[in-house]
Amino acid sequence: MTTTQSRGGTVAASSAPPPARGGTTVHRPPLLPRLRKHWWSYVFLIPMILLFGAFTVWPMIASWWYAFFDWDGVGAATDWVGLGNFTEVLGNEMFWQAFWNSFLFSVVAICVEMPLALLFAILLNNHRLRGRDLYRLALFLPVVATTAVVGIVFAVLFDPAGGVVNDTLTGLGLIDRPINFLGSTTTALPTLMGIDLWKGFGITLIYWLAALQTVPKEIYEASRIDGANSGQQLRYVTLPMLTPIAIVILLLVFQRSLNTFDLVQATTQGGPVRSTDVVPTYIYRYAFDPFIQAPRYGFACAAGVVFGLLTLVITLMQAPLLRHRYKAGAA
Amino acid sequence: MRAWYRHRLKAWHLFLIPFCLLWGYPFIWMISAAFKSQREMLLGGLSIIPQDWTLRNFQRAWTTARFGDYTINTITYSVTVVILVLLVSALAGYALARKGLPGKKAIVAVLVVTMFIPHGYTIIPTFLLVNGLGLNNGLLGAALAQAGPVLVVPVLLFMGFFAGIPKELEEAARVDGAGYPRTFFQIMLPLAKPVIGTVALMQFISAWNAFFIPLVFTLGRPDLRTLGVGMFNFFGQNSTDWTGLAAGACIAVIPIIVVFLFLQRTFVEGIAGAVKS
Repeated sequence: MTTTQSRGGTVAASSAPPPARGGTTVHRPPLLPRLRKHWWSYVFLIPMILLFGAFTVWPMIASWWYAFFDWDGVGAATDWVGLGNFTEVLGNEMFWQAFWNSFLFSVVAICVEMPLALLFAILLNNHRLRGRDLYRLALFLPVVATTAVVGIVFAVLFDPAGGVVNDTLTGLGLIDRPINFLGSTTTALPTLMGIDLWKGFGITLIYWLAALQTVPKEIYEASRIDGANSGQQLRYVTLPMLTPIAIVILLLVFQRSLNTFDLVQATTQGGPVRSTDVVPTYIYRYAFDPFIQAPRYGFACAAGVVFGLLTLVITLMQAPLLRHRYKAGAA
Repeated sequence: MRAWYRHRLKAWHLFLIPFCLLWGYPFIWMISAAFKSQREMLLGGLSIIPQDWTLRNFQRAWTTARFGDYTINTITYSVTVVILVLLVSALAGYALARKGLPGKKAIVAVLVVTMFIPHGYTIIPTFLLVNGLGLNNGLLGAALAQAGPVLVVPVLLFMGFFAGIPKELEEAARVDGAGYPRTFFQIMLPLAKPVIGTVALMQFISAWNAFFIPLVFTLGRPDLRTLGVGMFNFFGQNSTDWTGLAAGACIAVIPIIVVFLFLQRTFVEGIAGAVKS
């Protein structure tokens, strides 16, 4: 190491750093003068490294560390419990209930929202459809609205005592007595999933519309000359062409839907009887709920870490399948 | 055949128009209920147009329910986040656009990897860190916590933009005697207006709509609540004041929708760009 540095130092002292050639072995100028040359760049990077390091990288590392302590946040974390928090999380039925609900939110988003949004995108991508910008706007508006606020508006709409939905349904004679949509263990979760779909639909629609823009028009023309009708075009041209981007969209939708917090917290707070609890609300309850006696930061961190690992496993499980499909799409 | 096809396309409107109206119904209800009297609401009027218009609900929400304060808090919070993200990501993006910067690849790799690794919920260390800095129960602490994790995409956007600017421009500035910081602030940054616009808009909307972080960081300071958090607490205490709730919802949602309507192209292109790249 020292030899290369001293050798490089003489080179830099005698002449300017040699220009990098196109070959594979690039004669690199020595590190120190290069660092000095770029020192302003490093100054410019400092705020980002501080902010990002402190609020993204550090929390990821510290979560693991805190998870080994039984800690209520008062004073330093000294009560080392080893893997105790982890075994408690893994053995806690309520955690698995919350995880299962988080997972179901993803399943609905991937299996219902994504295909539905694709159908709308194909329809709205048609240049001859009048007013398509207006339709697109209407479908996109929920995305821009504050989740917590629209969640509460929905809670009022679905209210069993005088809410619009129940009034309309009873008025039409479709149901005999009002349904307590968000207040009963059987209907609360599906209702929230419906609201979540309404809220996220616009983003997925925009993803698909962007994806459709990437399909070259010439291919459609060529296939029409070959005698393909619009159904065949969709099956044999559009869908295969979309596969690579569809995978990106799938991952984006998966990430978003797994982190549902705002909607659940604002409407049901995980109730009734934890039937709508998701992992983020579960963690929130152990750390920040004002009604608990003492926060359990260590335990909540362990739950966060386990959740992260489980998500990672699910993402990796998708990987071989996705790679296979990606190849099929690219071929 | 052609005519049939065109008619079939028109037939879609029969489906799309009612569907979109139903889709937008929560907004329509919200606006209409905000102008109805509480009495009319209790009697269960389903009509969209209020019988007698009133601004009482807005008055009640603005002063009694403190939505006026919440609006100011939300603006402060969102603007702080936007300024933080813009400044930090523009500086970093400019530095990372340099060719041959030692350590550049490692930094970009860390940025991208953290974006794709699911890291569960890391709110607790963030909360403790802000607490340790003495910034808990303040909007600045919340803004820092909000700005930190969202930096990746803005940094990459600025990096991509600055890397595309011809090197000659920078060299000309240097010949004219401008140093590194001056070249950046006086020449390069003004060129980056399109990126600044996209980043500012995206961050403003997401900060305005943020709930989790403002909720956690204002637990001890009710006067610093943002609109989303304020709405949540109002609902908890007054779940029967529907017209007041609707007025509060309008105060929270309509400004951001107006911002969006004016700048929707930038916003939609920003989202679409994230997929394409």
